[in-house]
Amino acid sequence: MALAVRKFDAVIVGAGGSGMRAALQLAEAELKVAVLSKVFPTRSHTVAAQGGVAASLGNNGEDNWHWHMFDTVKGSDYLGDQDAIEFMCRKANEVVYELEHYGMPFDRTPEGRIYQRPFGGQTRNYGEGPVARSCAAADRTGHAMLHALYQRNVRARAHFFVEWMALDLVRDAEGDVVGVTAMEMETGEVVIFHAKAVLFATGGAGRIYSASTNAFINTGDGLGMTARAGIPLEDMEFWQFHPTGVAGAGVLITEGVRGEGGYLLNKNGERFMERYAPTVKDLASRDVVARAMATEIKEGRGAGKDGEYILLKLDHLGAEVINKRLPGIREIALTFANVDCAKEPIPVVPTVHYQMGGIPTNYHGQVVVPKNGDPETVVRGFYAAGECACVSVHGANRLGTNSLLDLLVFGKSAGEQVIRDLKSEPMHKDLPRDAGEATRARLARLDGQSNGESVPSVAADMRRTLQLHCGVFRFPDLLVEGVAKIKDIAARAARTEIKDKSKVFNTARVEALELDNLIEVARATLVSAEARKESRGAHDRSDYPKRDDEAWMRHTLWYKEGDRLDYRPVKLKPLTVAAFEPKARVY
Amino acid sequence: MRLSIYRYDPDKDAKPYMQDMEVALEPTDQMLLDALVRAKAVDDSIAFRRSCREGVCGSDAMNINGKNGLACITKIAELKEPVVLKPLPGLPVIRDLIVDMTQFFKQYHSIKPYLINDTPPPEGERVQSPEEREELNGLYECILCACCSTSCPSFWWNPDKFVGPAGLLQAYRFIADSRDQATNERLDDLNDPYRLFRCHSIMNCVDVCPKGLNPTRAIGKIKEIMLKRAV
Ligand SMILES: Cc1cc2nc3c(=O)[nH]c(=O)nc-3n(C[C@H](O)[C@H](O)[C@H](O)COP(=O)(O)OP(=O)(O)OC[C@H]3O[C@@H](n4cnc5c(N)ncnc54)[C@H](O)[C@@H]3O)c2cc1C
Ligand code: SF4
Ligand code: SF4
Ligand code: FES
Repeated sequence: MALAVRKFDAVIVGAGGSGMRAALQLAEAELKVAVLSKVFPTRSHTVAAQGGVAASLGNNGEDNWHWHMFDTVKGSDYLGDQDAIEFMCRKANEVVYELEHYGMPFDRTPEGRIYQRPFGGQTRNYGEGPVARSCAAADRTGHAMLHALYQRNVRARAHFFVEWMALDLVRDAEGDVVGVTAMEMETGEVVIFHAKAVLFATGGAGRIYSASTNAFINTGDGLGMTARAGIPLEDMEFWQFHPTGVAGAGVLITEGVRGEGGYLLNKNGERFMERYAPTVKDLASRDVVARAMATEIKEGRGAGKDGEYILLKLDHLGAEVINKRLPGIREIALTFANVDCAKEPIPVVPTVHYQMGGIPTNYHGQVVVPKNGDPETVVRGFYAAGECACVSVHGANRLGTNSLLDLLVFGKSAGEQVIRDLKSEPMHKDLPRDAGEATRARLARLDGQSNGESVPSVAADMRRTLQLHCGVFRFPDLLVEGVAKIKDIAARAARTEIKDKSKVFNTARVEALELDNLIEVARATLVSAEARKESRGAHDRSDYPKRDDEAWMRHTLWYKEGDRLDYRPVKLKPLTVAAFEPKARVY
Repeated sequence: MRLSIYRYDPDKDAKPYMQDMEVALEPTDQMLLDALVRAKAVDDSIAFRRSCREGVCGSDAMNINGKNGLACITKIAELKEPVVLKPLPGLPVIRDLIVDMTQFFKQYHSIKPYLINDTPPPEGERVQSPEEREELNGLYECILCACCSTSCPSFWWNPDKFVGPAGLLQAYRFIADSRDQATNERLDDLNDPYRLFRCHSIMNCVDVCPKGLNPTRAIGKIKEIMLKRAV
């Protein structure tokens, strides 16, 4: 039986910040667009972002986009593409002002302008000292932003398909993307969305690790679908460990705490970041701070019964500042760490947080792959933006508040590119005759499986493997072992069994299908990490402790088929300004 | 830990029933959601929504020992056992703990939940003083979890006509925003025996809001402004 087909100009998969920013662009252009999301739009994980969105507005002290660009290039450990970084930093003010016009409730300066606070790695005058660049709505910036974007989309009458899960890309014989299959969770019905443009905005995959700041739904579906369709994933070895996840719970404590004047202490009460980053101390880049903390813990200076965590002190800010600027943090610390942070420090550990890699795109959001000697051939009909994409503006390490900015800038530019492409190619391409077959086969396999393993047990093994074999510090033997282990686990994941066979809101089926995606991401991560023989940004190897620009200033491309690796050059040439040449990174 | 969970799968059950189960917890399990995830690892057919696991996305609202709340920020240690889990009251059940929120969102959408300001925006931000911005505190933080509206008797009886506490809180969020120019339209729309005036200040909504918000006060403010406008 053939699957039902629904036709749209464009399909956006994902209704987080990036998906909704793109949706808005298309809805306002009055295109026929379907926006699919596994959850009601405002439940997407953008809602959890706390600290702010970067833009050099200069509302709390002088600033400009050149400085922002320099910080981002340096933060990326020179793996970021400088054309995309220039594009993002120059567009920042425009997209943040737009967001304000949509109704975003930013905090305000006494002059009534958007409030800005300092954040890690964001500096004045090319590294001289911290700058206030992060535009914030208390410590609920993501929540405020996601709701403002949803509200604006309601106004623009965007068409949402809520609780629809996309399952596989549909490509035709020429390799062009012509649609996507998806399942309505409430009924279990599977449909082919036939479209001229498919835009992925599916967010991150932080759930490949055991300890993560990410939501349950962050399972890398967009990456899994992309990999299964034969398109490579870029730079998947680069995972950001956020310095301050609540010890044990994983819930995030924003860097904004340190932006407002909080700092880290070891068990001796020493403010140890002064040793690791003398200039900006606790506001160094995240990879630097996370490594410093892990080193303190490793060398026996961690606090707690087993010396297993670091203390984040902010009580000296006073209850008034905390209640005004960090009310959500006070709530989280009370709920998840049982401490009143206006009186005591919060126990924290580096916790996996953000994927720098993803689906390879250019700064127009078009997905690009190497083909016939051109490292950036556009895959027609396919676009990606937000955390699932690798533009790459974050390179080997993302700066705090640059992700929300990335969502706005590239959500918008991808939307604009779709509009341009639909003008020049107004017709739908035909669906291939076997469209939807891959999806049908996956579902049939799952429904027919007997004597298989349970999804939670395979998933737990995958998470433990990543946690142990691919953490803040990486070791050659552990990486090699990790690659072997994850291949084993992938084979087990292909034989998972669910007991629940109901058609109605079958969350067991959803979780099994999510595991297919997580596994691709986990494999890409370990294989890419094992192969990169240098230390750069978030990728830190004991046997190659230094950055090696000669051999490794290039992006990794991982293909699912045979775990094949390829590489493409980093784009060192910005759009209009002079390039920032690679330098040693000190903070 | 002992759980008693409301079960209903229209695909196979003639009618709903309660399933009692004993769940083995790990020392790291602090919240009710952790226990539910353990339960699901044993019986994968238990259906509930969840995402952020930190009380900001609004997915896992349910009725816990008779009171609406979010499973992810409800501490296991503070619950009386067996913990009785039911779907949010007053909305149609899709399956188990999952309710159909259509009516709830319809009411939210009905208040025009977006900033209305038809003057062309300046190049920079629309200026708003810190005091004007303060007015939005206690309003913009709503996570649309529906704990409040589904504990409100007026919403149970008239979900199609009464906006309900969540929607009214958002209506006031835009009325209170110094940048919004549609206060009059918004008030006209609410000036209706059902849309606004079905609220009898029973305060159930305030009692259950997991974010500590106060819809009753917002409703009171709307009524106050309406009154002022009338004279
Ligand atoms: C706790 C936390 C705090 C953060 N704080 C900040 C901050 O202060 N500043 C900053 O810049 N960055 C921050 N970040 C990072 C930033 O929030 C994220 O990178 C960003 O929000 C991701 O947005 P997105 O639009 O790419 O995806 P998401 O918001 O994750 O949305 C993904 C969407 O895709 C949908 N989806 C996924 N798979 C499917 C599928 N198969 N079918 C249908 N739909 C699907 C989901 O339903 C969802 O709608 C933070 C991250 C975390 C975890
Ligand atoms: S105060 Fe009004 S809105 Fe709140 S529960 Fe009572 S009747 Fe409902
Ligand atoms: S007001 Fe509170 S209870 Fe009601 S929907 Fe919003 S957050 Fe939930
Ligand atoms: S899971 Fe998001 S509010 Fe509980």
